[in-house]
Amino acid sequence: MTDTLQTETSVMPKNRPGGWAGVVSDWSADQRALKSATWRKAMIWIFLLSDTFIFSIFLLSYMTARMSTKVPWPNASEVFSLHIGHTNYPLLLIAIMTFVLISSSGTMVLAVNYGYRKNRKLTAIMLIVTALLGMTFVGMQAFEWSKLIAEGVRPWGNPMGAPQFGGIFFMITGFHGTHVSIGVILLIVMAVKVWRGDYDTGSPGYFTSRKGEYECVEIMGLYWHFVDLVWVFIFAFFYLW
Amino acid sequence: MAHSDIKKTGHAASVEVASQDHQEHPLKVYFIVWGLLFVLSLGSYLVDIMGFETYLRWSLILFFMFFKAGLILAVFMHMKWERLSLNYAVLLPPIAVLVFVGIMVYESDYTVISRAEFFNTQ
Repeated sequence: MTDTLQTETSVMPKNRPGGWAGVVSDWSADQRALKSATWRKAMIWIFLLSDTFIFSIFLLSYMTARMSTKVPWPNASEVFSLHIGHTNYPLLLIAIMTFVLISSSGTMVLAVNYGYRKNRKLTAIMLIVTALLGMTFVGMQAFEWSKLIAEGVRPWGNPMGAPQFGGIFFMITGFHGTHVSIGVILLIVMAVKVWRGDYDTGSPGYFTSRKGEYECVEIMGLYWHFVDLVWVFIFAFFYLW
Repeated sequence: MAHSDIKKTGHAASVEVASQDHQEHPLKVYFIVWGLLFVLSLGSYLVDIMGFETYLRWSLILFFMFFKAGLILAVFMHMKWERLSLNYAVLLPPIAVLVFVGIMVYESDYTVISRAEFFNTQ
């Protein structure tokens, strides 16, 4: 019983050293290393670390494919240009997608903050706005995919250059888009729970049976910001490089 | 009694929880970072528009990328305010990826040389 109680909340003793002395003393302690993190936060960070490895390996395989081919790599600036009227805007769609995702990160941060201020309505509204921006992002990605498929880009080849381009593109952006879509679903579920007041009354979660708290919004935020973070790397390496 | 001892320490632990602080910070810092992220994204987009090439392009891309990633991690994901133990538990393991990058750069070099030597494509 006491065990459960201790893992439910953060057990940060007052007199622990900070800085590197704190790292050594936390990790060599005979109990939990992550003193200030609740079980939720520890779990999400460990999940995000594993997800970091997955995306790293994807980008690594992209690097390897691009470095080891003799055929010129398609110019992303041209491939992802947007044709409006008579002018070609290089990379415009991707830039808009980047701004949409950053905006959603901002609204997510506001949701977390209003959650801790126990502002039930604003939290729910911010979560919904974040979800809507996420949907916009996925929608634009769907548009981008159909555009490229129409132009003849396939996982095994394309008219623009190195055949590995298609496979790498669909794999990396597809996996990222899946993350955004899952995030959108979770955001909507969470918005409903916040709106109902589940985190004010502490009603248990459906799957975890744990007491609902506003920290759940912060955990959701960590996932959402991570998805934004991954996009920063994809944007840099895949679209700009 | 042993039993009451356990109870006591359990109680002591929960008393320490009392000063539990959650990640609630003034909105100002979030808005500043939000604005900065927009500016930095615009910067990385401009790298393409301006048509910078080779080393200037790559270093600018990396600069904007790490700046943005750092801001998101530090402020939006609250690493700035977390215990160092947690931060290093997350930030140090990906170093293994950098080692992997090194290995694959070497390997790709070998592959591309072999392709030129034996397949003679273009």
